[in-house]
Amino acid sequence: MEFIKAENLTFEYHKTDDAGQEMSTRAVNNISFSIEKGSFTAIIGQNGSGKSTLAKNMNALLIPTAGKIYVDGIDTSEIDRIWDVRQKVAMVFQNPDNQIVSAIVEDDVAFGPENTGVDPAEIRQRVDAALSWVEMFDYRKKAPHLLSGGQKQRIAIAGAVAMEPDCIVFDEPTAMLDPAGRAEVMNIIRKLNARGITAILITHFMEEAAQADYVLVMDDGKIKMEGSPLEIFRRTDELKDLSLDVPAPVALADKLREEGIDLPEDILTTDRLVEELIK
Amino acid sequence: MIEVKKLTHVYSEGLPHQQVAVEDISFTIETGEFVGIIGHTGSGKSTLLQHLNGLLKPKSGSIVIDGLDITNSKTAMIDVRKKVGLVFQYPEYQLFEETVAKDVAFGPQNLGLPQEEIDERVRSSIMAVGLNYDSIKNISPFELSGGQKRRVAIAGVIAMNPDILILDEPTAGLNPKAHEDILNLIRGIYKKGGKTVILVSHNMNDIARICDSVLVMDKGRLAMKGTPKQVFSRGEELKDMGLALPEATEITSRLRAAGMEINKICLTIEEAAAAIAEAKKMTT
Repeated sequence: MEFIKAENLTFEYHKTDDAGQEMSTRAVNNISFSIEKGSFTAIIGQNGSGKSTLAKNMNALLIPTAGKIYVDGIDTSEIDRIWDVRQKVAMVFQNPDNQIVSAIVEDDVAFGPENTGVDPAEIRQRVDAALSWVEMFDYRKKAPHLLSGGQKQRIAIAGAVAMEPDCIVFDEPTAMLDPAGRAEVMNIIRKLNARGITAILITHFMEEAAQADYVLVMDDGKIKMEGSPLEIFRRTDELKDLSLDVPAPVALADKLREEGIDLPEDILTTDRLVEELIK
Repeated sequence: MIEVKKLTHVYSEGLPHQQVAVEDISFTIETGEFVGIIGHTGSGKSTLLQHLNGLLKPKSGSIVIDGLDITNSKTAMIDVRKKVGLVFQYPEYQLFEETVAKDVAFGPQNLGLPQEEIDERVRSSIMAVGLNYDSIKNISPFELSGGQKRRVAIAGVIAMNPDILILDEPTAGLNPKAHEDILNLIRGIYKKGGKTVILVSHNMNDIARICDSVLVMDKGRLAMKGTPKQVFSRGEELKDMGLALPEATEITSRLRAAGMEINKICLTIEEAAAAIAEAKKMTT
């Protein structure tokens, strides 16, 4: 069943220049796609390709300037249903420091539900559950600024989880993290997805996109490629033309095939490559 | 040459939440060396960097750069800033001027240079970061793409013509091509000669490919210093510190652990491919 459906979605930013001339930039240009409920979709594309604009159209932070986007059947341009849409789709951004508002971890996670008038007893339950999900329950009384980048980002994710959304959009959640922090956050995203949350991940790390079920490749406001990670990361030259790349194990497997080593086509990850080579 | 001796810095000293950020760090960086610094978030990297251009003063220890003791309170900070250029994380957030040219000119202007010299530096540093000076000089920096903004911000530091260029995560948040472009740009500036470059990064592939030596920070201390091959041959220790290996190193060390005949440390995909192919040929 589809959870998000875009039909000829277009988004233009408008601004007025010094001479009073109206100018517009089309960040998302007439695209159609659908995202299945419970799936894990990665969106890749170079800076300025329209990924973040698209993401903001998924929870009505932006409303399409033409075309439609439906979230669980709701048209996001129906102004009186905006809170229903935002309740269904939560967002997590790149910099955890910009998303944390409280001086105590559990207060921060409670911030969203408090603002939507959830009963205090239920807030308590949701906060505890959300912190356990992201494996940060033991840190609930701590001050967020004393945590590592990966831990802070997990707190931001718990804040989204406490809203009990059906879907979470992650906009480059690992860009500022060290390797351990990146692994922690990816682990939590996969875990949330396994529990039924529809996950949408925008990333510049091809290794992360390879972990999704489905990949959308954006360029210049359009969807240029879409398919499973195996289908997408087989198309090295096209990806390079779009200023992208393939995950390192894929690049290495390609080089080994050039050296005459016989390898199956389904290699995306380090684990899989190592397994094949030691056979 | 940069000589760091027994450097210690404590935040909020004497308060209940006092924190030792760097402790008893000593190392030397030769002029013209390309040095990488890696470490877990909170390992003390940023605190160390801020000492290298005099933004922070240590509790104890000293930093001497080409004979100038920058930790001495009598040293004029302008002399330190001329010597050491620091490009912060996400430097594009620091762009503020109306046009690209004015933004890049801000630093040199504060050095009190003659106008012709400023103009020349602005022009050459914008070109050095791979942008077209004539077409970009009068544009507002806020109209540029993310990758372009980052280049302009780096140009602003290059225009100060520092002998030592320090970059903190210069490729964070960029797509693979823009990432590669910025790295090539840094390599280009370095190759022109005479400059010492210090690169802080969470990207082990980059550190492995381009640095002469690597400093590893852990819990405020200098845990390792060596060539990329020396440092990345200590995978288990690095993982315990929350770090990782370059992918090529990771894959080849796992193959080695599984019994494949790979004797050398591979840092790049090319090296790994050659070593694996050779090992495979020997067994068949």
